[in-house]
Amino acid sequence: MPKKPLLEFTDKGIYCAAGNFYIDPWKPVDYAVITHAHADHAYFGHKCYLAHNLSREVLLYRLGEIQLQTIPYGKTVNKDGVEISLYPAGHVIGSAQVRIAYKGEVWVVSGDYKTEDDGISTPFEPVRCHHFISECTFGMPVYKWKPQVQIFNDVNNWWRGNVEHGLATVIVGYSLGKAQRVLQNLDLSIGKVYTHGVIENTNEALRRNGVILKPTERIIFESAKEEVRKGIIIAPPSSVGTPWMRKFQPYSFGYCSGWMAIRGAKRRRAADRGFVLSDHADWDGLLSAIDATGCESVYLTHGYTAPFTRYLNEIGFDAHEVHTLYGDDEGEDASPQPSPEERESRENNEIANQVLSIGEDLGEAGKDAI
Amino acid sequence: MRAFAQLFLSLDETNKTNEKVRVLKDYFESVPDTDKMHMLALFSGRKPKRPINSTLIRTWAVEASHIPAWLFEESYHVVGDLAETMALLMPENTGGSNKTLTEWIAEINGLGDKTEEQKKDWLLNSWAELDSSERFVFNKLLTGSFRVGVSQNLVIKALSEISGLDAPTLTHRIMGSWQPETYQYAELIQQQGAADDVSRPYPFFLAYPIQETSEKQKTAEELKTSLGDEAAWQAEWKWDGIRSQLIKRDGKIFIWSRGEDLSTDKFPELHPFLHALPDGTVIDGELLSFTNGLPMPFNVLQTRIGRKNLNRKILEESPVAVIAYDCIEYGGEDIRSKTQSERRLILEKLQAATPYPEIFRISALIPFNTWDELGKIRERSREMIAEGIMLKRKSATYQVGRKRGDWWKWKIDPLSVDAVMIYAQKGHGRRADLYTDYTFAVWDGDKLVPFAKAYSGLTDAEINKVDYFIKRNTLEKFGPVRTVKPELVFEIGFEGINKSTRHKSGIALRFPRILRWRQDKPKEEADTIESLRALLGE
Repeated sequence: MPKKPLLEFTDKGIYCAAGNFYIDPWKPVDYAVITHAHADHAYFGHKCYLAHNLSREVLLYRLGEIQLQTIPYGKTVNKDGVEISLYPAGHVIGSAQVRIAYKGEVWVVSGDYKTEDDGISTPFEPVRCHHFISECTFGMPVYKWKPQVQIFNDVNNWWRGNVEHGLATVIVGYSLGKAQRVLQNLDLSIGKVYTHGVIENTNEALRRNGVILKPTERIIFESAKEEVRKGIIIAPPSSVGTPWMRKFQPYSFGYCSGWMAIRGAKRRRAADRGFVLSDHADWDGLLSAIDATGCESVYLTHGYTAPFTRYLNEIGFDAHEVHTLYGDDEGEDASPQPSPEERESRENNEIANQVLSIGEDLGEAGKDAI
Repeated sequence: MRAFAQLFLSLDETNKTNEKVRVLKDYFESVPDTDKMHMLALFSGRKPKRPINSTLIRTWAVEASHIPAWLFEESYHVVGDLAETMALLMPENTGGSNKTLTEWIAEINGLGDKTEEQKKDWLLNSWAELDSSERFVFNKLLTGSFRVGVSQNLVIKALSEISGLDAPTLTHRIMGSWQPETYQYAELIQQQGAADDVSRPYPFFLAYPIQETSEKQKTAEELKTSLGDEAAWQAEWKWDGIRSQLIKRDGKIFIWSRGEDLSTDKFPELHPFLHALPDGTVIDGELLSFTNGLPMPFNVLQTRIGRKNLNRKILEESPVAVIAYDCIEYGGEDIRSKTQSERRLILEKLQAATPYPEIFRISALIPFNTWDELGKIRERSREMIAEGIMLKRKSATYQVGRKRGDWWKWKIDPLSVDAVMIYAQKGHGRRADLYTDYTFAVWDGDKLVPFAKAYSGLTDAEINKVDYFIKRNTLEKFGPVRTVKPELVFEIGFEGINKSTRHKSGIALRFPRILRWRQDKPKEEADTIESLRALLGE
């Protein structure tokens, strides 16, 4: 009988039979190792969770009372003889790749990752392994990111221009990751930073976790509209076009996403400005990351899996396409909305409905805000 | 070229009309006059020459991008725009070119007599010289697929603010068959349009639709409220042909179709009557094929438009005549500011004098006393081979473009069937990377036969839902086309139906479009091929 692989792809998620645990499962299980706190990776309902230290407060905020163990990068947890350790994925604060070693065989599950150092997430670190399970959200050669310095230069100039023209500035990005990355790179000599409630909740969770963020002010009903209009507002994608956002008119709204690299996708979102900024690796980033693992086989879970797998095989990798609920075969996500960012926020919304009091979730954003 | 690329980027960066006009003005004020005229030509749909065919451009772009050809094709499906795909795939280049738009277009036009090898060298060097945003607009020039997210009206508005000329005058002056190489900017904006081209048509006045759905028809009372007294209106049939402007000036004749195509040579039957008109006459009307004095369905004319050469058989089988409904220049004078009734009298006089009444026909006025009565007459549109009724205010001037108020088209309900989606393909432009082009089928016994393709009619939210369904219910992939599990039912509307030997179903639809998504209907309840055949009237 051929040897059973250390990790399997099951209908509940990526499973390790030897250690009896799952990585980012989407159905309730006994023991879940969580790569990061985004909703399509950290589901509700597992008995035990293992994640990185910096994911702790966000997970508790999003999932409520859960049984959670957190560890630093590089520390090993032993489960039934299987070694589990976490390494930086550079995706968002607290995001991790999961290294699993058993009897000399090493697997790494990437979760979501990016190779550029964003200045707030611990930078991605390649981990040598035999088998690498990788995302490929932007696994097409048309996706190539510019250094974030350039992008934030554009963002700050746009903000400055809006202030001069008397326009409010609304920048949209998902609440865990993009929001903090944008915040840390804003030029605060231009003005103050205001946040939508959902984003401020995440900021507060991160601050409880010891993360130092630049000062922000939550927009509440009493906020002086004229003051807010001089600053910059960070808002989640789900707030676009809502009465909450319309109250700041006239405004210019910018959207931060990797999908903004394509004109058509940008036009579809009808943003005033699209900033090509992603927390996922671009084409070159994916190829270099996979190469750096020195792996024998690579498995592609979500994104443009079919063409990316074919290309990897052509250039000499042993690549396989696998199906997970992290996304379908086209880099789009498990929702009728077209980007992981949007899904993230939508699912936040669902989770928010479970654990937050009414009025704090995105759909009702208009009620507790201005 | 840098300014032109920047214009594109800036137009992309805003959705606000005023901002777009400002960007356009900035562009006009910063570039040489020759660039202005080239930009105007491109933005008003005058396609640049294409001295390199797109297969070669693609092949060389694959080479320049250092990726396999199949991956290039996959990328194209993701991006949905060839020029943009090529620009994104080529290695980053921070250089940038100092050549103007005029210089680049001159180089492109000069390629005509070069060998393939020379063209390739030129193209690879050009790509290497340009940065990525310049490459994108350069590729757009080369591939001739120049559609921009800004309407001609906005360009005219910007130009009008700069030149002080009013928008209708400018709209008129950029019509016709001018070349950006010879038409001078100074000539375009001079206060008196002295050197006007004899072939130049007027901008068409377009009717606004009276909106109604199959469930909700306008009542006579509603028409009375919105249009007022019946006596203020003239009614005509709405003919389904080619909207055209026919010109006779200085002994020369010109036939323009609505797409601003000069198509004088395509309709030799019309030449004798046009030559017989007095000089300085412009007629607006509809071209249709006739047989035994009756108009024929549009598809007869359509097969003829496609032909490069008109042989005797075609001229005999589907001779064309014009149904005239307006006169906008008479005795060399622009009479667009006269009233509808005044122009009608002039038209009737002209038509009464023609020796060719079979070719120069006039659109008869429909007598009616009440809106209710007109509504009943409208129901006879199909037997008249008309699309419905046109309403024109008797006191109206002849205006520019689609304007609300004085010209209304009141079409009959589209024909419709309920059909099952069976294939899907990705869209282009703002619908890139989304499945938006669908093929529909109806039942033939227990089999589904495809009969129409449609890609419009759904809202963005519906498109997202259908796209989601398609991605999870794909049975097979053939290149860009996916076979989808037959499940979703849509109501497909169309303007006409004809027999076809080229389609498997044996029928061809005119203007098929999605009226709505029938989420209430299971696929078993979709229509059958017999129900479509019944509409053929056989």
